[in-house]
Amino acid sequence: MNDVKCECGHVNPHGTVLCEACGKVLDERDQSGKLLDMRYEGSARRSQTYNKTVIDKIWNFFSSVKVGVWLIVITLLASIIGTILPQEMYINLPPEVYYEQEHGWFGKLYYQLGFHDLYGSWWYLLLIAMIGISLVICSLDRVVPLYKALKAQRVTRHEGFLKRQRLFGINEAFDQGDQDLVKQHLIQKRYQIREENGDILAEKGRFSRWGPYVNHVGLIIFLFGGMLRFIPGYYVEENLWVREGETALVPETGEKYYIQNNQFILEHYDKEENKKFEKALERAGQVVQNYQSNVVLYERVSENLPGEKPELKKLKEYKVRVNHPLTFDGYSVYQSSFRSEMTAMSFSLANKESGQTFGDFTIDLKAPKSEYDLGNGYVVKILNFFPDFEFDKNGEPSTKSRVPNNPAFVFTMITPDKPKGETSFVAIRQTIEPFGDNVYKVAFKGIETQNVSGFIVRKDSSLWAIILGGIIFMIGVVQGAYWNHRRIWVQNKNGQIWIAAHTNKNWYGLKRELETILANTKLTMPEDQLQKEDDGDKEEA
Amino acid sequence: MATLSSNLLFISFILYLVATLFFGGSIKAKKEFNEKQGTNKWGKIAVFLTIVGFVSQLGYFVTRWIAAGHAPVSNMYEFTTFFGMALVGAFIVIYFIYRTTLLGLFTIPVALIVIAYASMFPREITPLIPALQSYWLQIHVTTAALGEAILAISFAAGLIYLVKAIDQSKASKRTFWLETIMFSLVTVLGFVAVSTVFSAAGYQEKFTWIDKHGNEAAVEYTMPAITGPNDWELVTENGFKPLIQMPAYINAKKMNTVIWSFIGGFILYGLIRLILRKRIAASLKPLVKNIKLDFVDEISYRSVLIGFPVFTLGALIFAMIWAHEAWSRFWGWDPKEVWALITWLFYAAFMHLRLSKGWHGEKSAWLAVIGFVIIMFNLVAVNLVIAGLHSYAGS
Repeated sequence: MNDVKCECGHVNPHGTVLCEACGKVLDERDQSGKLLDMRYEGSARRSQTYNKTVIDKIWNFFSSVKVGVWLIVITLLASIIGTILPQEMYINLPPEVYYEQEHGWFGKLYYQLGFHDLYGSWWYLLLIAMIGISLVICSLDRVVPLYKALKAQRVTRHEGFLKRQRLFGINEAFDQGDQDLVKQHLIQKRYQIREENGDILAEKGRFSRWGPYVNHVGLIIFLFGGMLRFIPGYYVEENLWVREGETALVPETGEKYYIQNNQFILEHYDKEENKKFEKALERAGQVVQNYQSNVVLYERVSENLPGEKPELKKLKEYKVRVNHPLTFDGYSVYQSSFRSEMTAMSFSLANKESGQTFGDFTIDLKAPKSEYDLGNGYVVKILNFFPDFEFDKNGEPSTKSRVPNNPAFVFTMITPDKPKGETSFVAIRQTIEPFGDNVYKVAFKGIETQNVSGFIVRKDSSLWAIILGGIIFMIGVVQGAYWNHRRIWVQNKNGQIWIAAHTNKNWYGLKRELETILANTKLTMPEDQLQKEDDGDKEEA
Repeated sequence: MATLSSNLLFISFILYLVATLFFGGSIKAKKEFNEKQGTNKWGKIAVFLTIVGFVSQLGYFVTRWIAAGHAPVSNMYEFTTFFGMALVGAFIVIYFIYRTTLLGLFTIPVALIVIAYASMFPREITPLIPALQSYWLQIHVTTAALGEAILAISFAAGLIYLVKAIDQSKASKRTFWLETIMFSLVTVLGFVAVSTVFSAAGYQEKFTWIDKHGNEAAVEYTMPAITGPNDWELVTENGFKPLIQMPAYINAKKMNTVIWSFIGGFILYGLIRLILRKRIAASLKPLVKNIKLDFVDEISYRSVLIGFPVFTLGALIFAMIWAHEAWSRFWGWDPKEVWALITWLFYAAFMHLRLSKGWHGEKSAWLAVIGFVIIMFNLVAVNLVIAGLHSYAGS
């Protein structure tokens, strides 16, 4: 492929539409149009030039903005689908049950199509990946030739280039000092001025042209940060339940950190204290004011030996609240939930008829004793203990788990007049006497509960990329959106002064600026050739 | 303080209303109207009233903040009102760039509709749940609302474009869709009117019904029930008996409100058509006679350019920072988050289409309209229908 030499002497790469230096139209096919297509300065883009090999074809596919926009639109539509029903992570039933049960046939179909985990599906990730590739290739395809073309541009431009700018005008009559005055005004407006043979090129805000590419770089870094998560150890998210008074190992910290939960606090808004919220509280009922766990963070200082009790050093005390996580060594511990757990139940042994009691006893639900001697010959034995009681499929009593959510006991009550003992099955709010009527009963007295704080432990080593990507994106998007690249050519052609102007956006602003630049001179405002076309073609529509 | 606050809001509402009339006047009074000319007397009064109204609404915002002890952007009423205020603020800024009162004529009514809609939600000061107790509340919510408001200006400009560009002499797809936009705006007013009428009348009726888990539940309607809940039983004596029963998985009460809003919308729209005797868009056409198409096109695009970075910062970046602190992850595919992403993707596509596919003019105006629809969907439907983690915003 040959480079193209323009009549001005500049050698342009193959595929160039407008000469990089003087702006003469090199591509003969483009001679016809009224106005020049100034996008990317008519530079030679790889995607517009080569289309032979497979790599060319892939490059051309991804370098197309049309393809990019399609990818965005498809991702957008897919994202909408994912919001129709709650995603898997926001439901509290197994998905195969939830969707059909809650949303009928539609829910079932939604689940079968895999929409319950849409944002984690292979095809959604593929879409995001393709957007990433498109970002890279689109940017490279444009930024390099654009940079070269803007760098190679000369002050003096070809007549055809100037004539076919959107803002263009010819001045026959002008004063001697006009050009100097214009120059002064341009400097006042902070234009960078280049002169050549009395021709002027005034330019400002070129850096805004790089805005889109800068923000694309930011996005790529952001997406890269998202990918880092898939590396094992980069992203840790674990649930941690710690009972009040207990100390637990913080998971995934290499058995290094421990958390002691001193107290869990749940507060509701009080109507009396918060008069201003009175009406709202009446409407809503109870509103939670605070979830808080008072914790102490420890670090293990001893060697990590199995079976040995670790030696701990206190690092800090902290009140973990929503919005106020405890952070240390890259880890964050969030207050995420809580539950109340039964720790002990107390009973008294009583005569069913007279109600007379023969002593009380308390069962520690984590370590129930096999018998409780109440003195004077009264003994209660535990025959069986079901911490999380239910009747199984065969109707037999059994336990769902070892957590004392719904404790039930089979007691034998030994008393002086029933030395063989009477058997009683006691669960919350029910008593069964399997062998006929008893004389005595174990009467429920009360429970002791303990709060358990639910924490989320998270470590995200990819955060730096996310933050960096976000910052770069914002810089790029502001750079591209809030500044404009403006160029004004004031040139001598055939004894006339030709004025042309171009901006990548905000033509209104450019026109107003031109008015002040040409003020107090005989030079006339260049005409908006697009508006002229508009007036002729569309205005009467 | 709370009373002062609501009075200030009321004052600003009235001022916006009066300003709209002056904006109308500023256009009628002027023969030659284009970008080069300054604003006439009517227009100056209109802009002045708008600014006074805005200051008054700022007063509402500040006094309510003082009364509540937290930024008043924590529920549907407060957020939507703030959005209305941001819309006016965005208009004032854009006005001083482009100096066209026509934009006010289209923006301020939209802001009025938004504020009126907001006031249909419970207005009392609500306490903050723990997740909202953070200074990010004011930072994230206000920036996001401001970004959306600036983007909404592009909708107003797009609307001007369409009103001017679309040939109203014969019915077409374009006239139909443009009129659909007008009808939608009227329907919001329909909702406001119907809600106000029934709440002024103190209407209410109670039902018991069976939810989708087979449990009995109670519900109180504030409008006569057209759609009744599943297996309803009327508790209130002489209550209006529902015409249709809804299945359990549809929220019959919300459905009922939607139907009433449409009824209100149809009646209002019918009345307007009866008076105008032509399409709303057609009767607006003379007002936009003197503006140049490429000028409004530029305002529309410029608003997107100004609004997009603000929106990104508020609705995505600040949102992520806060989510990271409150919910332990910066992104969790919550419906509100996803819809913010959808909005962002949409405007990204919009800008790419404009830059490289040359989607200027009418195509671009339609896109601005769709963008606003997405923003409104995120505000209204996602909060009220889809809910999710942001569901506290739904009351």
